[in-house]
Amino acid sequence: MANAPERDAHSGTTTTGHEWDGLKELNTPLPTWWLWTFYATILFSVVWLVLYPALPFTGTGLLGSIARQEADADHAARITAAEPMLARLRQASQPEILADPELRAYAIAGGRTAFGNTCAGCHGAGGQGAPGGFPSLADDDWLWGGHLAEIEQTIRHGIRAPDDAETRLSQMPRFLADGMLTAMQVNDVAEYVLGLSGRGTDATAAARGAPLFAENCVACHGERGEGNRELGAPSLADAVWLYGGDKASVVRSISFARAGVMPAWGARLDPAVIRMLVVYLHSLGGTEGQ
Amino acid sequence: MTTIPSPDQLAPDEQHVPLYAARQRVYPQAVHGTVRQVKWAVLILCLSVYYLVPWLRWDRGPGLPNQAVLVDMAHGRLFFFWLEIWPQEVYYLTGLLVLGAIAIFAATSVAGRVWCGFACPQTVWTDLFMLVERWIEGDRNARMRRDRKPRWSWQDRGRKVAKHAAWLFIAQATGGAWVNYFNDAPTLFMQFLTFQVPMGVLGFMLLFTFTTYLLAGWAREQVCTYMCPWPRFQSAMLDADSFVVAYRAWRGEKRGKARDRGKALTEIAPAGRSATVAALAEAAMPQTIGDCVDCGACVHACPTGVDIRDGYQMGCIGCGLCIDACDDIMRKLHRAPGLIAFETDANLAASAAATRALPAGEARLGPGMAARRIPKLIRPRTVMYAGVVAVVGALMLYGLATRQDVALDVLRDRQPVYVRLSDGGIRNGYALKLSDRRHASTQLAVQVEGLPRGATWQVLDGPGTDAAGRPLVATRADGVAEWRLLVTTPAAALPEGESTPLTIRLLPPGGGNALASRATVFLRPKP
Ligand code: SF4
Ligand code: SF4
Repeated sequence: MANAPERDAHSGTTTTGHEWDGLKELNTPLPTWWLWTFYATILFSVVWLVLYPALPFTGTGLLGSIARQEADADHAARITAAEPMLARLRQASQPEILADPELRAYAIAGGRTAFGNTCAGCHGAGGQGAPGGFPSLADDDWLWGGHLAEIEQTIRHGIRAPDDAETRLSQMPRFLADGMLTAMQVNDVAEYVLGLSGRGTDATAAARGAPLFAENCVACHGERGEGNRELGAPSLADAVWLYGGDKASVVRSISFARAGVMPAWGARLDPAVIRMLVVYLHSLGGTEGQ
Repeated sequence: MTTIPSPDQLAPDEQHVPLYAARQRVYPQAVHGTVRQVKWAVLILCLSVYYLVPWLRWDRGPGLPNQAVLVDMAHGRLFFFWLEIWPQEVYYLTGLLVLGAIAIFAATSVAGRVWCGFACPQTVWTDLFMLVERWIEGDRNARMRRDRKPRWSWQDRGRKVAKHAAWLFIAQATGGAWVNYFNDAPTLFMQFLTFQVPMGVLGFMLLFTFTTYLLAGWAREQVCTYMCPWPRFQSAMLDADSFVVAYRAWRGEKRGKARDRGKALTEIAPAGRSATVAALAEAAMPQTIGDCVDCGACVHACPTGVDIRDGYQMGCIGCGLCIDACDDIMRKLHRAPGLIAFETDANLAASAAATRALPAGEARLGPGMAARRIPKLIRPRTVMYAGVVAVVGALMLYGLATRQDVALDVLRDRQPVYVRLSDGGIRNGYALKLSDRRHASTQLAVQVEGLPRGATWQVLDGPGTDAAGRPLVATRADGVAEWRLLVTTPAAALPEGESTPLTIRLLPPGGGNALASRATVFLRPKP
């Protein structure tokens, strides 16, 4: 275009020469301050690229700062800061921890967090357990013992944990599956078991089941089905049923046996953390003393 | 159908209407008089309270701050003489703010913008800055002359520098006093002298220094006209019986030189003015010149640059300085003061009606003033504002008077909602949070009411039981202690429904009146 740019009659501004359906674009330059701010941001981004690890394959940037490393350092610093408390927890006995309000409060708070990380997946966020073999840790029913030392032992070595030599072990026979009892006999034993907690419906079947129970079950579950913590054999006379207390569930338990597994945490958690877990469980209210 | 005109159809002067009005600088003139004296008194009072209160001491015993008024952020306490407010009691502060707002509404409905004109920090500090400005730069005329000069002499520059230095000094003192409310004042002062003020404190100090300097030195009346929301809606609180700063037009109009009084209006009508307008004016006001000599003193005195003779308006902050300025002129002319005064709309209308038929000037003064009535103080709005102030005030007083040293909060366990025990009983867990404002720990007994017979409760790892077998808890001195309460109902005595209301009480060990109690529920599975 050789001629001078066209001027818009209304605004007195020159046009860019672009036209759409009779609408012409005015040539309104950006305000200077805006333009310079824009250039400044570009400059800023270049400086940023050099200082921080923004370009691929170029390492850490001039400042040598990586958010990941900073987070790790921060984490390490926090652990260092917590170390004096953790050391006290490792040395103190459980009763000493409970007697010291500061240690106790620290352990409960830390235990709650650790519980959320490691235990809540099976035992529920508040230790309430879940149907199908995940016992409640807030009640007073303990398969392997509810004293704090026993609980600590369970957490350390787990239950039927394949990778721990000292793990708690026991195996209930699969009475029907392995042909030790007939289906009829299993039914009779189940009636007898329900009768232990006063819920039986068929007295004659229960009477038939009594000698079978004495022969097969008493060794682990006790004369009156009171259970045996040495063997992790649950009480059959109380109101808590880990795998369900209705007749169908009991029949299934006798027929195919039950054996829950809990990992051993001794090798994975700091002893202080296990201490805190035990104190936290104690705070739930179901443990049996120190 | 209306068509929107295209820009070139508009008249030339309509084509470029700027949306931005440049600020007209205001050069307020010094005034002397009653209102000014009241304003000085209020200013001295407000500034003294602000600067001196942090230095008041109040002995609270060892280990506690001895500053009478202190916001202790680190420990979450607000100390106010004998009171110690905890963060969870922020509603006292809310109540105070509500009280303040409604009190300003009430004051406005009775006497206009007295808050703005006399006690608002923006007004007080601007007044102080203007005083300094007058001392250093001279009064209105001297300042205007200096600012109009194309070149400043060294003396002019010196005065400007001195003024800003003085302003910055006051601003710094303001910022410095602000942080005193959040820190121990003497300690902070020593830190200030030895350059050891913590960075955070310094930041706030500089922030308030800067804002004071900016708002009182530079922004001034623009804060009132553009920034502050209050002038926008304060007229909603006004009615015909509210006192506002008003020009008594019935007495002042028509404005003119004193020596023209008595002449026919047509005689003095400006040459350019159409004969009809002059004739009309004369018909409305039989005799020529009123008391306003159009000297402009009221406008020159106004810190916001308002001409009050145009009527009450948003720019007027009700400071009343124009009253003093005009009274001064009236006195010099041997006329009665009060041409501008605190006056109600109703009285303005009554005076105007009573004097309409009278000639302008002295003849109007007597009947006009006689027509005024004492305004009604008891009006729906004043009664309502006073009522709200009374109710909120009474609630706060009641709250303070019945404030307990020990407070109990109960958090029911939500996970698990209940625990089934091996004997078939049901147990619920509760976190008891005990706050104790006293500075010593005590033991209290926990009583649970509303349980079926046979139910028991126990405090986990608690300090023991009292003589009646109730479990004990211990409070934490000046802090919050947390205990776990376990409530168990045996299978034989399960409560009737799914949810049973309970009351948890804290008693002195051995029994007595409950110090605190809370309602909660006991939950069990569906029966
Ligand atoms: S100061 Fe009084 S006399 Fe002077 S212009 Fe204002 S109202 Fe009129
Ligand atoms: S008009 Fe009068 S009362 Fe209103 S702000 Fe100005 S001087 Fe103050």
